[in-house]
This record gives sequence, C-alpha cells and structure tokens, in this order.
Amino acid sequence: MPCEVWRGKLDAYVDGELSLPESNALAGHLRGCVGCAAEALERVQLKRSVALAGKRYEPSTDFRSSIAKSLTQKSERRLGFFWKILVVPALLTLLFVVGLNFYLGRAKAERQHVYSELADLHVATLASTTPVDVVSTDRHTVKPWFEGKIPFTFNLPELQGTDFSLVGGRVTYLSQVSGAHLIYRIRKHEISVFIFPERNATSTSISGPVQERSFNFEDWTQNGLRYFVVGDVGPNDMERIGKLLRDAK
Amino acid sequence: MEVPDQRVSAATFADLALPLFDQLYNFAHWLTQDRHEAEDLVQETYAKALRGFSGFQPGTNFRAWMFRILRNSFLTSRTGLKAMIPLEEDAHETIASNDPSPEIALVEQANRELVREALSEISIPFREILLLCDVEEMSYGEIAEVLAIPQGTVMSRLHRARKALRARLLAKAPGGVNAV
Repeated sequence: MPCEVWRGKLDAYVDGELSLPESNALAGHLRGCVGCAAEALERVQLKRSVALAGKRYEPSTDFRSSIAKSLTQKSERRLGFFWKILVVPALLTLLFVVGLNFYLGRAKAERQHVYSELADLHVATLASTTPVDVVSTDRHTVKPWFEGKIPFTFNLPELQGTDFSLVGGRVTYLSQVSGAHLIYRIRKHEISVFIFPERNATSTSISGPVQERSFNFEDWTQNGLRYFVVGDVGPNDMERIGKLLRDAK
Repeated sequence: MEVPDQRVSAATFADLALPLFDQLYNFAHWLTQDRHEAEDLVQETYAKALRGFSGFQPGTNFRAWMFRILRNSFLTSRTGLKAMIPLEEDAHETIASNDPSPEIALVEQANRELVREALSEISIPFREILLLCDVEEMSYGEIAEVLAIPQGTVMSRLHRARKALRARLLAKAPGGVNAV
C-alpha cells in the first residue's frame, strides 16, 4: 500500500478511530517508514498541543455557584412537582386502599359475626320444643303480639295465594338489642325472618343473597328496620319471601 | 456519558448535567470568545436542556446531547450567526499534506499561547471540531451527533481544520513559514 494511502488514515489513527486490524497494519507500516512515522508524530504532537491549549477557559466561581444553585432549585421544584402529581396521589390512593381494606375487613368480620349469630338463632329456635311464643298463621295475631315487647313495629305480608305460611313469632336478641323473630314455612322448610332497629343491627349491608354454613341469607333495610332472612331453601324462595316482606303493608 | 434506560428516571438532571459544566463553559468561551456571552450561552444551554430533559432519549449520549444544545444555541445567537460561515465540504480532500510541519517547532518553543492564538483565529467550524475531538476527546460518532453531520464529513472537516491550524501556526512561527 503506498504511503499516500497510509497517510490518509493517520488522523483516524491518532484519534483512535481505526479498527484494531487497521491500526495494527498502520503501526506496522510506521515501524518501517520514516516519512510516515514523522508525519504521525507531528499529528500526535499537534493533537496534544490542541488538547493542552484548548483547556483554557474556566468559569468564575460566582457563575458556577449560580448555575449549581439554579439547577438544584429547579430539581427540587421538579421533585416537588413530582411529589405533587405522582407521589401524593399515590400515597392518598394507598391510604384509601388500606383504609378501604381495613373497613371492608372489619365490615366482613362484622357481617360474618351477624350471620353466625343469626344462623345460631335460627338453628336453636328450630331445635327448641317451643320455637315460637306466639303460634299463629294469622299476621293480625302475630304482629300485635309484639306490641310492648320490642321498641318498634312492622308490617307482615298477606300470604294468601302463596305457598308460604306463617308459623309464629318470638322476641329475640342480637348484640343485646331486642327484635322480632318470625318463622315461615314453605314445603316443610322453615325460614327465619329477623327484624331489628337499623342502627342497632349492624351497619354492614349485605348485597344480594349470601351463604353461611349452607344457609341462605337475604338482608335489606326498610323504614329504619333491618330485615334478615335465614333459611335452607333455595335463592328463589328466599327472594320471594323477601319481596313479600318488602311489599307488606 | 450514556444514560441507561433504567437509570433515567432516578437520575436527576442536575446529577448528569453539572459534571459537564466546566467542559461546556470552555467550549462556549472558545466559540464566543467572550466571558459574558459564554456565561449566557451556558445558562441558556442548561435552561433548554432542563426543559427538554423529558424528551431526552434514554440510552443515547447525554454529553453529546448537551454539547449539541449548546452549539445550536450558539448558532442562533447574534455572534453565532455572524461567525458561522458555511463550509464547503470536500469529500475528496487530499488527506496527505506536504506543508512544512510546525509541530516540532511548537514543542521546542513550548508555546502554548501560540496554539491558543491560532485556535482562536481559525474559523469557528474548524475550531469547534478540533475542540470536540482533541479537548473533549469525543469519538467521530459523538462529534457527528453534536454537529449533526455524517461521520465522513467529520473526518474530512477535521483534516481541513488541522491543516488550517498548521497554516496559522506556521505564519506565527518566528521568521514566518520559511523559518520553521
């Protein structure tokens, strides 16, 4: 390869831009060519001179401080902005989620406790030799029986034309609060209907039918009263008795 | 200074940009040849870079990005508009040079000031590419990124810049070119 070609690569050589094989080949040529070696040396010296001479200007201390201060403040402001737009909402969301979980967890525990209590009452009543204190299929007999025994009144549905029948009722207690316990029958299955003042029963709402120990539950609030229906009948029957009670006048 | 993707979010702009302050200032002063203009240019560079930091592409060269902002800011400044004369790039530039070499004389004289004077006298496109290559030790790829030109143009412009610098140095050598 003629020297002209090698010299064309000298800049890239001194700048470290040649590939390793090219660099090795050129180094080999420089060892044997005095003219190219001198040229390479001159370029290296020029490059070093420029590197030394080029590092000439230094910023003043004041300017350095001013830029550093400005950048730090801007970064802090940006961090503040970052906090505002991302971290704060994230923390609030986290707080909300934790709070919600706590509330839901507590509500679930409370709900479980109520279900359990009502299921126990339902089973215990049916197992009793005298499950009801007022025995009557007539709502006009049962409803007045509760007067003076519980601090509220309620309406019972007309069951004529349905396959439900009223067995009777008794006074019961849930969390030291008195309420009405009515028993209905359908196809040899007994269903318990519990009625309590809303504020004392439980603050937890049950949305839709649920199951506890194989019993089905219905629950709703109406006119300041909390209704719970417990039974081993299917969801359709639970819904039907629920509707009859809700529509009662 | 490449910024890996996963570190961009954690790294603050100040952490990345402040270490480049001295280099940027030196480059700005060489371009403007004036302390106050250089300060304004650096300040403008940091302000623009900070504003555009969200648009900075992770994994790309942050230093080259900063230098490019500075250079573009300079180009649009009053001094830059006057100083930047369009260069006629010659891809077929003869790389070999038969000029008498002044480098050895320079080394002997150890006259750094002479190189500085010569550097400040050559055109800004030549000055900036020499500064980026020899002072900032940027690769041809980085220089191409800063100047927004192809790498082939970097090589030919660099060669012409060195040739121009040599010519200045020869003219400044005691007794003129013939004396060197």
